[in-house]
Amino acid sequence: MEHTQRRPAGVARALSGLMDGLQRWLPKLVVAPTFLLVGIGIYGYMLWTGVLSFTNSSFLPSYNFVGLEQYAKLMESERWIVASWNLAIFGGLFIGICLLIGVVLAIFLDQRIRQEGAIRTIYLYPMALSMIVTGTVWRWILNPRLGLEKLMHDWGWTSFSFDWLVNSDFAIYTIVMAAVWQASGFVMALFLAGLRGVDSSIIRAARVDGASLPVIYWKIILPSLRPVFFSSVMVLAHIAIKSFDLVMAMTAGGPGYSTDLPAVFMYAHTFTRGQMGLGSASAMLMLGAILALLVPYLYSELREKRHD
Amino acid sequence: MTDIVRTGFRPSRIAIYGVLLLACLVYLVPLIVMLITSFKTPMDIRSGNLLALPTDWTTIGWTKAWSEACTGVQCEGVKGYFWNSFKMTVPAVMISTLLGAFNGYVLSKWKFKGSDLLFGMLLFGCFVPFQVVLLPMAATLGKLGMANTTAGLVLVHVIYGVAFTTLFFRNYYVAIPDALVKAARLDGAGFFTIFFRIFLPMSTPIFMVSLIWQFTQIWNDFLFGVVFASGDSQPITVALNNLVNTSTGVKEYNVDMAAAMIAALPTLVVYIVAGKYFIRGLTAGSVKG
Repeated sequence: MEHTQRRPAGVARALSGLMDGLQRWLPKLVVAPTFLLVGIGIYGYMLWTGVLSFTNSSFLPSYNFVGLEQYAKLMESERWIVASWNLAIFGGLFIGICLLIGVVLAIFLDQRIRQEGAIRTIYLYPMALSMIVTGTVWRWILNPRLGLEKLMHDWGWTSFSFDWLVNSDFAIYTIVMAAVWQASGFVMALFLAGLRGVDSSIIRAARVDGASLPVIYWKIILPSLRPVFFSSVMVLAHIAIKSFDLVMAMTAGGPGYSTDLPAVFMYAHTFTRGQMGLGSASAMLMLGAILALLVPYLYSELREKRHD
Repeated sequence: MTDIVRTGFRPSRIAIYGVLLLACLVYLVPLIVMLITSFKTPMDIRSGNLLALPTDWTTIGWTKAWSEACTGVQCEGVKGYFWNSFKMTVPAVMISTLLGAFNGYVLSKWKFKGSDLLFGMLLFGCFVPFQVVLLPMAATLGKLGMANTTAGLVLVHVIYGVAFTTLFFRNYYVAIPDALVKAARLDGAGFFTIFFRIFLPMSTPIFMVSLIWQFTQIWNDFLFGVVFASGDSQPITVALNNLVNTSTGVKEYNVDMAAAMIAALPTLVVYIVAGKYFIRGLTAGSVKG
């Protein structure tokens, strides 16, 4: 960017030159600390973790390279397979249910509802809470003796029993419940914003042609919200892959390791079980999973922009 | 597009209101349960149920959670950790927001060769799962003598938060016409003068978004807290998790719920007071995840 600043001629030309030089460098100087920190803290550390994943580091980082051994170990690890499988179950259900609830509530809320603002506030407040708080509350609600079960018994449904939280076959679904409670209102907000941007003249035309409201939503409005749909899936998938707090607060991965997710696996192996090499390998696979999602998404985003 | 819907009291409208109100109830129940339970006595909890009101309201759960409950080996309640969270959150929010404002200003109005590439790299940083940086960061903090300190946590939150704040400010400033900057420069205004005289006065909304977003993110963080802090420097989220998972003695759910409320209150208050900005940050954040 060329420099156009003018000063009265003759007055300390040297000083002015110095100032000009400084001015030219100022923008770069101002952003330099951030890029230094981020360059090291994200890209440098990413590489470092990558390097560690090829070593046999245990309690302390070491640089004995063992090739792909840690990755091979990971693939054979029963616990990692459970964690990956859990991520598939948790991620799939979490994304699917959040989208369903979010879309339905957004469409309903877009029908000239009284007190819409207050209702929106209620749907979204869980998003302001820490996952640890959410986990603590849901753990109490789903408490096998004193929670939901007791409530149902007191209300007269005495045969009701609900022990999912401590049942290794079902505990992962309790995590899904709490996560959906926390994030579905957010999806609603995204879709509501999308609905408000839909051109109403198209809908009026369809209505004149005799299409019913559900048909209009299904055939015209929802397909036009594809971008909202994609960005919601991205955000939710991102939350799912990084999910750690909620599991720690609700089950700490238990019973056994039945509710382990990759993020919990990584934490446990790296910081408490002294298997840093294995933990690093699992972190790299998590990065790979995010990249696999992100690259096609960014690619399609950029292509769309170019077509505009 | 709401104008195409006729209002009136047809059955379908009653159904719509029914569903919306039921959903309100579902979203509110956990908060109600948390509040009711926190004011009960342990006896009451065992005899009543989740939604039964306390037979006699007591704040014993709250006082115990604040100053007596055990979070691991120590039994001094969560008060110390609550203040830790403030000591960590306030500087981290301030520093990351200020850095973000300047970065956004440069990356939108003082572009240089390669600045778009740098911005792209910063954006990518928003997506990275933090698991890939934990171990090297722990090693570095140890080397710097900042392991298990609040200062260390502040540094970590600044590094991994600045990508978001930069994004906020950059997207906000991009909409301001370049001609404004050019005119100011012709008048002899420099880099900082233009920022402080022209940009800062019109930045209140985006400052609110950035401050609130960062406050919520950093206050609610658990991963960095549990990895980089121990003992006395732990934030409230880690203390809450320890308290709930401490298995010595009889489980006191009223204390658990009061502690959860204490951990939740600051962000809840911010949400209620400035929800508009919170939602704006959330939707702006969603564009990049």
